[in-house]
Amino acid sequence: MELSPFYQELISSLNRGLLVSIALIVPSVLGGIVIGILAGSVRVFGVPWLRKAADGYAAIFRGTPLVVQLFILYFGLPNLGIYFTPYWAAVVGFMLCSGAYQSEYVRGALLSIKRGQYFGALSLGFSGVQTIVWIIIPQAVRRALHGCGNEIIYLIKYSSLAYIVTCIELTGEGKTIATEYFRFTEVFLVIGVYYLVLVSIASMILKKIETKWHIPGFGLH
Amino acid sequence: MPQDVPVLSVKNITKSFSGVPILKGVSLELREGEIKILIGPSGGGKSTLLQCMNYLVAPDQGQIWLDGEEICITKKRDVYAYRRRVGMIFQDFNLFDHLTAIDNVAIALRKIKKISKKEALIRALKELEMVGLADKGHLYPAELSGGQKQRVAIARALAMDPEVLLLDEPTSALDPELIGEVIAVIRALANKGMTMILATHQIGLIRNLAHEILFMEQGLIVERGTPGELLSRGNPSRTQGFCDRLNELYDEN
Repeated sequence: MELSPFYQELISSLNRGLLVSIALIVPSVLGGIVIGILAGSVRVFGVPWLRKAADGYAAIFRGTPLVVQLFILYFGLPNLGIYFTPYWAAVVGFMLCSGAYQSEYVRGALLSIKRGQYFGALSLGFSGVQTIVWIIIPQAVRRALHGCGNEIIYLIKYSSLAYIVTCIELTGEGKTIATEYFRFTEVFLVIGVYYLVLVSIASMILKKIETKWHIPGFGLH
Repeated sequence: MPQDVPVLSVKNITKSFSGVPILKGVSLELREGEIKILIGPSGGGKSTLLQCMNYLVAPDQGQIWLDGEEICITKKRDVYAYRRRVGMIFQDFNLFDHLTAIDNVAIALRKIKKISKKEALIRALKELEMVGLADKGHLYPAELSGGQKQRVAIARALAMDPEVLLLDEPTSALDPELIGEVIAVIRALANKGMTMILATHQIGLIRNLAHEILFMEQGLIVERGTPGELLSRGNPSRTQGFCDRLNELYDEN
């Protein structure tokens, strides 16, 4: 079956955009998780000033629109002599925003571990750090998994904001074609399908991890 | 070591929580093989005393000696080393929920005593055998009954070869059918000469196991003596009155 020239161009553009999207999403997800774990742990276990700093970070990045954050990173920071390429402005913005949300899930999971788990470990001679590493984190990870997975799925979709800072990914490529041919409905429907597939793949991977890490007593199965 | 040096002794422990005094100066000594039983009404400070005795809750004042050496609470390493030598059993078990029964017993051997995985598992299995759970090693806490959980917790504490065992109401969270199996384990420990201090409302344990009963009320030990002294019929002691009420409850059941 031969596709019409419009669809040929659309599909090749969207595939190009898809690769850029994936290049945005993967490091943003990983960076977001790392930042989230660090900030979340600090918000629970940190010394007061560090805790306040991490709370402040989460409050700012959860409290302002991502578009505003991206504009400041890409258009605002050059005034201070800090220049990002469109790609890096987007990745840094996504990481910081996602990390703030992830920190909230990590924090909630850490706080949900009962005091008795600490007592059990400390009474055997574990130090505070050993308790956190060997007892608390393995449990908190399982509690945080659902929330963090949800955030990853959000991130896949808000990666479409990268085109605002001129990093042309899936949505950006599609918008260009749509404007050129003035066929918005079809183009955005196809873009929607691309995101649906991305999210479905992510959901499947998350489900796999969930099953693999499943332990009786942590969630229903 | 001369025989008259207590294994564990605490002197003048005080503790307040947000201004409310919970312990008002408690002292006691445990000699090798001795079993002391703490009884008394809830809120009297029994749990807090046991938690202070393991520094899980830092006492406001007071000293703790183990084998004649004072434990310095400001030196974290000393406190960790001390806790390795003093086992603790909790009312609600506090098993690690993400580990199987055998790993619950083995993890401290591996991470604290730095024993190889294989040897730690062998030792853990041996401890599980002692509490009659050798066939349950692969189960997670969520898959165990309360009595089994408490027996795993005892195995976990014993794997560290503690010199003293602190037991904080080990049967209070169990239904009557499961209490027996935990009591049997505690009795077996007593027969082996384990040094223990035990907070409990189990009248059988109080009567048969205690070398000394300590009656705690409002943050103080208000009575102490052997079961023979305190529990003889018609004795006007607080202990006797308290145990009578425990007996009445049992008769009603």
